[in-house]
Amino acid sequence: MTEPTTDLPTYTARKPPNAETSEQLRARIPGWGADLDPADRPAVPRERFDPGTSGAHWEFPERQPEKWPRERSIEHAILTPVFGTSCPPKGLSGAIRKFSYRRYSEGRAAHWLLLVAADRVDAWESHLRSFASPRPDNPITQTGVLAEFTRHGIASRRGRRRADVVHQGLDPLIVAGPWLVAAGAVVVGTRALLRRARG
Amino acid sequence: MRAMVYRGPYKVRVEEKDVPPIEHPNDAIVKVSLAAICGSDLHLYHGLMPDTRVGMTFGHEFVGTVHEVGSSVRNLKPGDRVMVPFNIYCGSCFFCARGLYSNCHNVNPNATAVGGIYGYSHTSGGYDGGQAEYVRVPFADVGPAPIPDWMAEEDAVLLTDALATGYFGAQLGDIVEGDVVVVFGAGPVGLYAAKSAWLMGAGRVIVIDHLEYRLAKAREFAHAETYNFVEYDDIVVHLKKITGHLGADVAIDAVGAEADGNLLQHVTAAKLKLQGGSPIALNWAIDGVRKGGTISVMGAYGPIFSAVKFGDAMNKGLTLRMNQAPVKRQWPRLFEHVRNGYLKPSDIVTHRVPLEHIAEAYHMFSAKLDGCIKPLIVPSAG
Ligand SMILES: NC(=O)c1ccc[n+]([C@@H]2O[C@H](COP(=O)([O-])OP(=O)(O)OC[C@H]3O[C@@H](n4cnc5c(N)ncnc54)[C@H](O)[C@@H]3O)[C@@H](O)[C@H]2O)c1
Ligand SMILES: [Zn+2]
Ligand SMILES: [Zn+2]
Repeated sequence: MTEPTTDLPTYTARKPPNAETSEQLRARIPGWGADLDPADRPAVPRERFDPGTSGAHWEFPERQPEKWPRERSIEHAILTPVFGTSCPPKGLSGAIRKFSYRRYSEGRAAHWLLLVAADRVDAWESHLRSFASPRPDNPITQTGVLAEFTRHGIASRRGRRRADVVHQGLDPLIVAGPWLVAAGAVVVGTRALLRRARG
Repeated sequence: MRAMVYRGPYKVRVEEKDVPPIEHPNDAIVKVSLAAICGSDLHLYHGLMPDTRVGMTFGHEFVGTVHEVGSSVRNLKPGDRVMVPFNIYCGSCFFCARGLYSNCHNVNPNATAVGGIYGYSHTSGGYDGGQAEYVRVPFADVGPAPIPDWMAEEDAVLLTDALATGYFGAQLGDIVEGDVVVVFGAGPVGLYAAKSAWLMGAGRVIVIDHLEYRLAKAREFAHAETYNFVEYDDIVVHLKKITGHLGADVAIDAVGAEADGNLLQHVTAAKLKLQGGSPIALNWAIDGVRKGGTISVMGAYGPIFSAVKFGDAMNKGLTLRMNQAPVKRQWPRLFEHVRNGYLKPSDIVTHRVPLEHIAEAYHMFSAKLDGCIKPLIVPSAG
């Protein structure tokens, strides 16, 4: 009878050895082990009660003036004393956003799905609005797609088995798709109307 | 002033905007001298982050000069050169008092789950960011710090997020001497995490990606052993094979919401937005790490659900650790590491692009063209 044995430490109590020892690594890699001691790691322990070292000289900050009704999560008891003032809600997307904040907590999928839907509506509203402005949206310059020529679009992908090349073809569709669908709908609708007019 | 502006998924342009005003006594207005695009910006750019509004200026990695300060600001004055952590935080709430700067409760009315981040959608507080000539910096006495005289501006801008995040990510792995550490993603965060893992005493550092040029950088910059996941039928099995069928002790997810490697996951998340993020790398981490191992998640995911293999994590008794990095907490120690040459942040910078050409920079970084790893943005005004 042979002794039960295996080359795989994993099935025994041993740990598979590394190719290099700590001494070899210290010699090869600048700084190896400098933070071996958890006491030298600034994120350890996770919570360190140390008020007064942050630079804050208030117990509760002064409150920033609220210049328009600021939408907020219903999981907050108050409007936070400081907040961003970029892009106040407007139009249909603004109405969807305000409803989502007013009605659903962050714990509800509906809250986030409404916000994502509002983002799509916002893009549409903004594109349409831009056509009535001195600076209409320009998909060529705004997508930066000309970088394909100046930044070696072909050479960056050709012959490299990149996993993302498979779906990058979808990107132009995401950008242009809604416009194509809209254009198609207009064509179909107009033809139907014409057909009806001709009787 | 000139500022980058979001126009909808995959579309940005540069617009004329007003210089932001002081809105709170502890605000500062900073004139940006150097900014960067982060992998996180791609989640916004691709329309993945809920409540990303057309008209917002992105950018949470920037350095510059103080232009104006509010009436209660004590620690800064106009003319000071400052680096600004990507977190906006008050310094005094329950969370800030405990060092959880990235989880501040006083700066983001839109979401209690998320702290404040510059230029990172309304879900992160609705602040405009620093890919512009000027930016509003709230709590000027808390976040910003003077750039040390000896520090290069390019290193400083990388300390405002990417380097601090990679280093933080390695710490959350709770690495002990000799640990086998696998890092998913060879972007800026993954490269810095891999390099930092050695500082904590890792015995072996493995980096996984599908972009050869980034893996080459991981070998050179982070001294890592690398594998291209498209060359393996099943990268989890390969990881097991090369670790004596044990699995790594620690896995770091430095990929996040737009992970590749499984078309269904990628398309449902990144293209159709039906998931908060495509958890391919996270699932590989869960399956590729050993039982009782630790996973550190630096990759960002949206607030919607994702198809994470939670059962495996439970059965394997894993520890999952994660957060947005509390950047300034890392600085004192990181400054030492940069100063004595253990970490050279700017080694991974590949492109410097004028603000006026930011649309091309986004496309290049998003489509991973021209060997791009980290693009810096230079506002044009002198
Ligand atoms: N926690 C934080 O505080 C924090 C801060 C900054 C960035 N982030 C997040 O970290 C992540 C990485 O940021 P970055 O700037 O390095 O971005 P990046 O886009 O440059 O890098 C991501 C890398 O992951 C690779 N990748 C894709 N799928 C993969 C897979 N399945 N396995 C392995 N690699 C894969 C990509 O090819 C790319 O090289 C992003 O999700 C970003 O949002 C988090
Ligand atoms: Zn970032
Ligand atoms: Zn706070």
